Amino acid sequence: MAEKSAGRGTKSYKPVSMSSKEYQAFAKAREPSRSVWTNCLKAFLVGGLICTIGQGVQQFFMAVFDMSAREAGNPTVAIMILLSVILTSMGVYDKIAQWAGAGSAVPVTGFANSMASAAIEHRSEGLVLGVGSNMFKLAGSVIVFGVVAAFVIGIIFWVFGIGAWHATTG
Amino acid sequence: MLLQGKRTWVYPKPPVIIATGTVVGPDEGEGPLASDFDLVHPDLEVGQPSWEKSERVLLEQASDIALQHAKLSKDKLSFFVGGDLMNQIISNSFAARTLGAPYLGVFGACSTSMESLAVASLMVASGAGEYVMAGTCSHNCTAEKQFRYPTEYGSQKPPTAQYTVTGAGASIVSGEGDGPVITAATVGKIMDLGIKDPFNMGAAMAPAAVDTIQGHFQDTGREPGYYDLIVTGDLAGVGHPIATEMLRRNGVPIEQTIFHDCGLMIYDVDKQKVQAGGSGCACSAVVTYGHLLKRIRKGELKRILVVATGALLSPLSYQQGESIPCIAHAVAIEAQNSNRQGGAVQ
Repeated sequence: MAEKSAGRGTKSYKPVSMSSKEYQAFAKAREPSRSVWTNCLKAFLVGGLICTIGQGVQQFFMAVFDMSAREAGNPTVAIMILLSVILTSMGVYDKIAQWAGAGSAVPVTGFANSMASAAIEHRSEGLVLGVGSNMFKLAGSVIVFGVVAAFVIGIIFWVFGIGAWHATTG
Repeated sequence: MLLQGKRTWVYPKPPVIIATGTVVGPDEGEGPLASDFDLVHPDLEVGQPSWEKSERVLLEQASDIALQHAKLSKDKLSFFVGGDLMNQIISNSFAARTLGAPYLGVFGACSTSMESLAVASLMVASGAGEYVMAGTCSHNCTAEKQFRYPTEYGSQKPPTAQYTVTGAGASIVSGEGDGPVITAATVGKIMDLGIKDPFNMGAAMAPAAVDTIQGHFQDTGREPGYYDLIVTGDLAGVGHPIATEMLRRNGVPIEQTIFHDCGLMIYDVDKQKVQAGGSGCACSAVVTYGHLLKRIRKGELKRILVVATGALLSPLSYQQGESIPCIAHAVAIEAQNSNRQGGAVQ
């Protein structure tokens, strides 16, 4: 009970006196390091694997349905999207992504995952306010900046008069 | 007067935590403290159609279990004090609808566990309530959905990120009865040292924990050695070493006691994929109400200080580039017979 008799304790410690700048440097130095090289290697392997699977699907369409490489492109993308959505629905894609990083984010499967995951997540808010308005929550910025970038590139082609070349090889 | 020093309530007749209820999800059920929880769900859905409903059910179950342990009916509760991470603290408000008790909603992010317990203890100590329940809950998927990305979205989390605990903890505080007692509570103030990364909450919250711990010792005149254990709420693998180092630098002899963190205790951080460790309102709630109070009842611990930490950001505030304001609330819990502070209970 001795310590109760004093209205204020006798202990006096230095207050937390670091400035924001000092603290941020202090905290930064104590962050676990992220291995950029390991992450790059993992992304290369998984991204490469996804693209190899895509190539296999395309070869399948070309061999079995007698399609040209260009004709086989669209059904191939559809199959890759389907695979991604199935893996997302089964709760597997996010686990792959934690390991693979950019490797599973960059290919078309990553785009499909961003839409499917948002659609599943917001199903509880209904089809219109939930799925409809949230499906592009993450993918929307990809589309917006994709369209803007395409527009800028289009202007550049137009200004330099190489539109015709662009149209034939597009 | 209950106020001692600047911001600590010290109770001459310490309120008693007469009962607790803890419910957790599957990942916590695989962690090292699994056997200390009253109910472990094998899945995250808990039989509900949405994550938000699942979270609410966790709290309803935890409060039911606490009432059963206290052998009380709902209508005996004077007040229910609680909060959670959801916008407008819907989990607690909806659970309070089921409970039917007069309700005060509080928000302290992950510090809500000790904020609500501090308020409940103050109500009991001041005679404002006979049986007051404090409760909080969090769900990994509701937190991911509201603060981060859709749960199934494939994004890579950095090693500083933390894993929101799925679970709920409730306690019933009363002036009389058997159980661990609350001898003091220190209210935190906002600390913001400019960390903006919502994937590094441990580092953002560490200064708040340090400030509250120092404030507690200054107000009470106690030293770290007074306690058998001091735990922070959810500083985890990144924030807890930072807090330890800051305390040492400030001259606090933290080595006198065991200084640990609920976010590091609830999971097997090396084996389970939880990055830096656990977080969420339920983290400190279930570790304290489940694990630590059981150890006090068994006599393994006599006096503990629980310093629950909270990051008071919103998805909007960090998108607008604001730093993360943080807070920590401390509650001192002691075995009923330890009686060093506070004196005659019986």
